[in-house]
Amino acid sequence: MSDQQLTVPTMAEMTAKGESPEVLFWVGCAGSFDDRYKKVTLAFIKILNKVGISYAVLGEEEACTGDPARRAGNEFLFQMQAMSNIQVLDGYNVKKIVTACPHCFNTLKNEYPELGGNYEVIHHSTFLQQLINEGKVGLKGGGEFKGKKITYHDSCYLGRANNIYDAPREVLEALDAELVEMKRCRTKGLCCGAGGAQMFKDAEAGDKEVNIERTEEALETGANIIAAGCPFCMTMMRDGVKSKNKEDSVEVMDLAELIAKNEGL
Amino acid sequence: MEFLPQIAFLIIVAIASFFLFKRITRIRKNIFLGKPSGRTDRPSERWKTMLLVAFGQQKMFKRVVPAFLHFLIYAGFLVINLEVLEFVIDGLAGTHRIFAPFLGDFYTVLINVFEFLAVAVLFSCVAFLVRRNIMKVKRFSGEEMRKWPTLDANLILVIEIVLMFAILTMNATDMLIQGQDDHYAQTSTFFFSSFLVPLFEGMSVSTLIFVERFAWWFHIVGILGFAIYVTYSKHLHIAMAFPNTWYSNLEEKGKIENMPVVTNEVKMMLGMQAEGSNEPPAEIARFGAKDVNDLSWVNIMNAYSCTECGRCTSQCPANMTGKKLSPRKIMMATRDRAEEVGASLEKGGKGLEDGKSLLGDYITKEEINACTSCNACVEACPINIDPLAIILEMRRYVSMEESAAPASWNGMFQNIETSFSPWKFAPTDRFKWAEDLNKESK
Repeated sequence: MSDQQLTVPTMAEMTAKGESPEVLFWVGCAGSFDDRYKKVTLAFIKILNKVGISYAVLGEEEACTGDPARRAGNEFLFQMQAMSNIQVLDGYNVKKIVTACPHCFNTLKNEYPELGGNYEVIHHSTFLQQLINEGKVGLKGGGEFKGKKITYHDSCYLGRANNIYDAPREVLEALDAELVEMKRCRTKGLCCGAGGAQMFKDAEAGDKEVNIERTEEALETGANIIAAGCPFCMTMMRDGVKSKNKEDSVEVMDLAELIAKNEGL
Repeated sequence: MEFLPQIAFLIIVAIASFFLFKRITRIRKNIFLGKPSGRTDRPSERWKTMLLVAFGQQKMFKRVVPAFLHFLIYAGFLVINLEVLEFVIDGLAGTHRIFAPFLGDFYTVLINVFEFLAVAVLFSCVAFLVRRNIMKVKRFSGEEMRKWPTLDANLILVIEIVLMFAILTMNATDMLIQGQDDHYAQTSTFFFSSFLVPLFEGMSVSTLIFVERFAWWFHIVGILGFAIYVTYSKHLHIAMAFPNTWYSNLEEKGKIENMPVVTNEVKMMLGMQAEGSNEPPAEIARFGAKDVNDLSWVNIMNAYSCTECGRCTSQCPANMTGKKLSPRKIMMATRDRAEEVGASLEKGGKGLEDGKSLLGDYITKEEINACTSCNACVEACPINIDPLAIILEMRRYVSMEESAAPASWNGMFQNIETSFSPWKFAPTDRFKWAEDLNKESK
């Protein structure tokens, strides 16, 4: 890239200028605060800038969608979050939202409409797939990942929850990499262990951690890269790889990071 | 005296129908202990789901071997029941194989089809007994499968084997009697039961008639008895699978059912106009589910439809890593509790007010807390049972009525309330990530 400074437009700034972006990038709490997932946010921003799409973020006006609260049983808190988020989104007349978090995606897409928030919501895997189909990114061939073994870990909230299995895989295929599937994949994909608000508490007593079980499956494929599309999966799989002492040979990467790297961004 | 068998038959059918009707009425009441469900939208999609998933066994075929064996029993169940029609007419009219003279050669063809299915059912039931008791397929074991559920499963298979033997015995002896007793219509050879003929050759006609009659009565009384047994058994899925799939959740699996009661309260708290706010607020029974009557009736119907195959539990990430949660147990506990409440109400007892509850006495918090809401159990169920819905309703009860969610979850709630993120970060730092955009080298 050139030395040109990148800036991230916010909805407030754009509205002040009398503009309205084509799409709102919903960053999510992990994408905003988690050190590892902030890198995914940056990678996705670079892609957005490169393809020159008109987008904005909410910045400090963004707040948790309420997903973990709802799944932990606190419906009041969920609906409080949802209602105030809907007020913000409607205030900016948002029509289309893209997010790199399947939990935010699921909540915004499936659960906000009943509370009055109606938007076209897409996950970044679908968004990237569309960019690839339109020829805006990828398909260079001979890129950084050509021939490398990559396995894709299905996020439950993308897969079973919303039937998105192909988009992330098509994104990976654009890398010209060798896509290897785990024993349990697609509808049978094994959870990373973090969904349903498990991310925010210790697991109940048992004889194994779910992420270890899943990491073992991923390592069995012999892949050097475990591709993910979810901040919780990312954390769980990285912890799993670390506990297996494989962090030198196996990397957990998000789809946006893979595409950005392939593009030389 | 001539009509004695017909009268006996009529009485037996009447008694069986009475008990069956009583049981069905009870189960219906037990199911409707649950709250109303709005699942009557999109009827054409619902019929289609029922046809594909229940009638067409679509989801069974994810596992080919049991699917094939199950399909044979299923086809046998559907088709052999046609023969029961003839049984009932014969029993009431005092005739014997009333359709034989009318259908001629086609009758023999039909019976041969039935016999083929009877043998197929026999074969499959033996294979299933082997899978359960000798191969010990893992999903048939587990904490909740001890005692009755295991006995129930084996009993069903043994009863079906015995009933099929009765049909074949009846047909074998029938062939030997034909031509020796005018009451017995002449048919061609029945292929499968002819292999049993050597067992009965040489017996006197009266002995043969006794064996044939015994087998006939055994089969029809057996079927009626089995029908009543089924209502107490996991085998009830043979009927419940159909309505259960009709009332499937047609929304995306990730979507959790909304709580409109909460919506109204939240709107009031935020100073927004709640819908229908002119009406007095409805009496709020309870947030979430503590007992079966807090669930929707579809949840309870799910429980009555469960045949305890364990596909859900075998796919559950919590269960496979040694946690106490087993989605199958959630369904079995829900049914057990509904049965307990129903039985008590039947006797004029305390019913729901017996001091017990589904959450606490049947299902523990440790179990529901272990769920990752990954939907693997829902996906795995061959008839679209949804254990996750019950788990989430119970979490709502624990969180909102008891404020007894795990401490870390309460901390997470607090973080969301105060800093709008499940983690404790200052909301003003939310956009700091953008500052790193130009720091990194590419």
